[in-house]
Amino acid sequence: MKQPKTIIQKIWEKHTVVQETDKPDLLYIDLHLVHEVTSPQAFEGLRLAGRKVRQPDRTYATVDHNVPTINRPVIRDEVARKQMDTLRSNCAEFGIRLADIDHPDQGIVHVIGPQLGLTQPGKTIVCGDSHTSTHGAFGALAFGIGTSEVEHVLATQTLWQNKPKTLNVQIDGPLGPGVTAKDLILAIIGRFGVKFGTGYVIEYTGEAIRGLSMEERMTVCNMSIEAGARAGLISPDETTFEYLRGRRYAPDAAAFEEAVTEWKQLATDKGATYDHTVTLDATKIEPQVTWGTNPGMCLPISASVPDPALMEDPDEKSAAEQAIAYMGLEPNQQLTSIEIQHVFIGSCTNSRITDLRKAASVIRGRKVHPSVRALVVPGSFTVKMQAEQEGLDILFREAGFEWRDAGCSMCLAMNEDVVPAGERCASTSNRNFEGRQGSGARTHLASPEMAAAAAIEGRFVDVRQVMAPTV
Amino acid sequence: MEPINTHNGLVYPLPKKNVDTDQIIPKQFLKRIERSGFGQFLFYNWRFDDEGQPRQDFTLNEPKYKGASVLIAGDNFGCGSSREHAPWALLDYGFKVIIAPSFADIFYSNTTKNGILAIKLSEAQVDYLLKQAEKDSYILTIDLKNQIVYDNLEFKAGFDIPAYQKHMLLNGLDEIGITLTYADQIKQFEQTHN
Ligand code: SF4
Repeated sequence: MKQPKTIIQKIWEKHTVVQETDKPDLLYIDLHLVHEVTSPQAFEGLRLAGRKVRQPDRTYATVDHNVPTINRPVIRDEVARKQMDTLRSNCAEFGIRLADIDHPDQGIVHVIGPQLGLTQPGKTIVCGDSHTSTHGAFGALAFGIGTSEVEHVLATQTLWQNKPKTLNVQIDGPLGPGVTAKDLILAIIGRFGVKFGTGYVIEYTGEAIRGLSMEERMTVCNMSIEAGARAGLISPDETTFEYLRGRRYAPDAAAFEEAVTEWKQLATDKGATYDHTVTLDATKIEPQVTWGTNPGMCLPISASVPDPALMEDPDEKSAAEQAIAYMGLEPNQQLTSIEIQHVFIGSCTNSRITDLRKAASVIRGRKVHPSVRALVVPGSFTVKMQAEQEGLDILFREAGFEWRDAGCSMCLAMNEDVVPAGERCASTSNRNFEGRQGSGARTHLASPEMAAAAAIEGRFVDVRQVMAPTV
Repeated sequence: MEPINTHNGLVYPLPKKNVDTDQIIPKQFLKRIERSGFGQFLFYNWRFDDEGQPRQDFTLNEPKYKGASVLIAGDNFGCGSSREHAPWALLDYGFKVIIAPSFADIFYSNTTKNGILAIKLSEAQVDYLLKQAEKDSYILTIDLKNQIVYDNLEFKAGFDIPAYQKHMLLNGLDEIGITLTYADQIKQFEQTHN
C-alpha cells in the first residue's frame, strides 16, 4: 500500500531538483513575486555578477510597500520614488512583468497573486516578504525569503531548503455568528504563542477551516508567520477550484478540468501523520483584539488587559509590563474601554472585496465617531474598482471614512499614512510591534468588522452587539 | 562574503525576547537601494530619541559596549518581517555573531547568507552570558570549526549548526555560484515540470 502523505510532502517531492546527503534539498520555485523594497539589492547583485533572470515568465512584480495611496501622480518622497524607479528599470532590463503604480493590476503583492490566478494549488511560491504565507490558502507551498534568496531565485529559479517539519493546526466545530477568520487566527496565536510554528510548515485542517471562503483562508494563512511558521497552507477543495475558475492566469477551459483532477490529488491523504498537532475548538472563539506589542498578546473582546502582578513567569511579566507601558494602558482595564483615534481597514490580511463588504455592513447608515480618523485602503486596484461598482466607496465616504488607492499604507507606514506617536489605531493588519504604524504609535489588531465598529463608537466594542438588528 | 573561522569579541547583552526586525531596523530606513550603510540605523527607535539624540536608557549607547561584535539576546530573535536589512544593519554595525535560545526561521537563513554566525544555546546558558556581559566588559571566543563558545574563565559550551551552513560560513561561499554548477539538473527538471 502507498504511504499516506501530507500535502506538504507531496509538493516537496514534486519540486526537489537535487537531493544530496548533508545538504538541504534544492527546491524548484514555480512563482516568484517581487516588490520594490526587498529587490533592488538583488538585481544589483545580478548585474555585478553578470547574471540573468533564469525564468522571467515565472516572475511577477508590483509596487505596494512604498506607494502613496492618495494624489498618486505626485510622489513627494524622493527616496521612495527612487526605489520605484529602480524596480521599473530592473524589470525592463531583465524582462519581468510589472504591475506598475498606474497599472490596473497594481496592488499588494499577496492580494494580486490570487486575484490574477497566478497563485495555484501545488505551486511553490516565494516573495521577499514574510506574508507570502498568504498564498498557502490555495494549497501552495508559499513562504517569505530575504533579499539574498530573492537574488538566488532570480538567478537559478531554485532555493536550497531544509525539509520542514509539519504541524497540523486542527480547528474543530464552526465559528460562531459574527466571529471571523481574523478572530480565528488571532485566537490561535493568542493560545499557542508567537513561536509555536518556528521550524514548521503549518497545515490548517478541520471543520472550521473547510467552512471558510478563499478570502478568509487567506486571512488565516497570512498570519502563519506571526505564529513563527514560514508557511501555512490548506488542502485545496471545491472552494479553491471555484475561486480560480476563469481567473486570468489560471488554466482555461478543458485544461482547467484537467488541472482540478490533478489538484484533487494534492490534498493530504487520510492517515498521513504530522510531526506535531494542536487543536482548538472554534465554537469557543470570540471576537479578538490585541492589547500588547506582539500578535500573541491578544484577548477576547469581553476580557480586560492582563495584570502583570499576577504573572508568575518573570519573562512574561516583564514583557507584559513593557507592552502595557508602551501601549499606554492600565492593568485590568476592560478592552471595551479602550478609546481609539485611528482606524485602518486594509493590508494583505484584510483588504479584499469581502473584507470591505463586511466592514461596510457594520457601517451602513452610521457615522464615524467625531474623534476618529478612519481609512479604507483596498488591497488592489481591482478590489477598489469592484467596491466602487458596488457603491461601497460612497457608503464609506458618507460615513466619514477616507477612501484610498491600493497599497500597504498604514500597515507599515512607509508612505505618508502614519499614526502619530502616542495615538491609538484599530487596525486590520497583522503586526502590532512597537512603532509599526509610526514611531510611538499604538496598534490594536482586529477584524474588519471589529475595526469598523470601533470607528463608529470611538472605542472597542463587541461587533456582535453593534450588528444586532436595530429597529 | 568574509569567511568566519574563529571570532573573538566584546559581548553586548540584549535581554529581550521576541526582538522583531521592525525593532532591529525600522521601516523608514528600508527605502535605500544599497546593501551598505545600515548600521547607523540599527535599533534606531531604541537608540535615539525623537530629536535623534542617543537615549541614555538604552544600553548599547553605553561606552563600555563600544566595539561589541557578539550580540546575546532572548528567545525568538529576529521574528516578523523578512527584511534582510536587519542582518545588514547588524553586520554593518559590527556584530558578527549572535547568540540566542532561538531565532525566527527567515532571519536565521538571512544571517547565514551574510556571513553572520547565529548560535543557539540553551536558556540557562544564554542567561549566564547575559549576566556576565551586563556586569563587566566580557569577551567571548567562538570557534566555528570545533563548534564551541568559551570565555577566558570557566564558560565553555558546544553548539549545533547544520553541516551545510557551517561549510558556507567557514568558506565564505557565494551560494548562487554553487547552485549554478547544478544548471544541468535544473534544466532537466524544467523539461518535465510544468
Ligand atoms: S500589507 Fe503590510 S504585511 Fe502585507 S505585504 Fe504590505 S507591509 Fe507587508
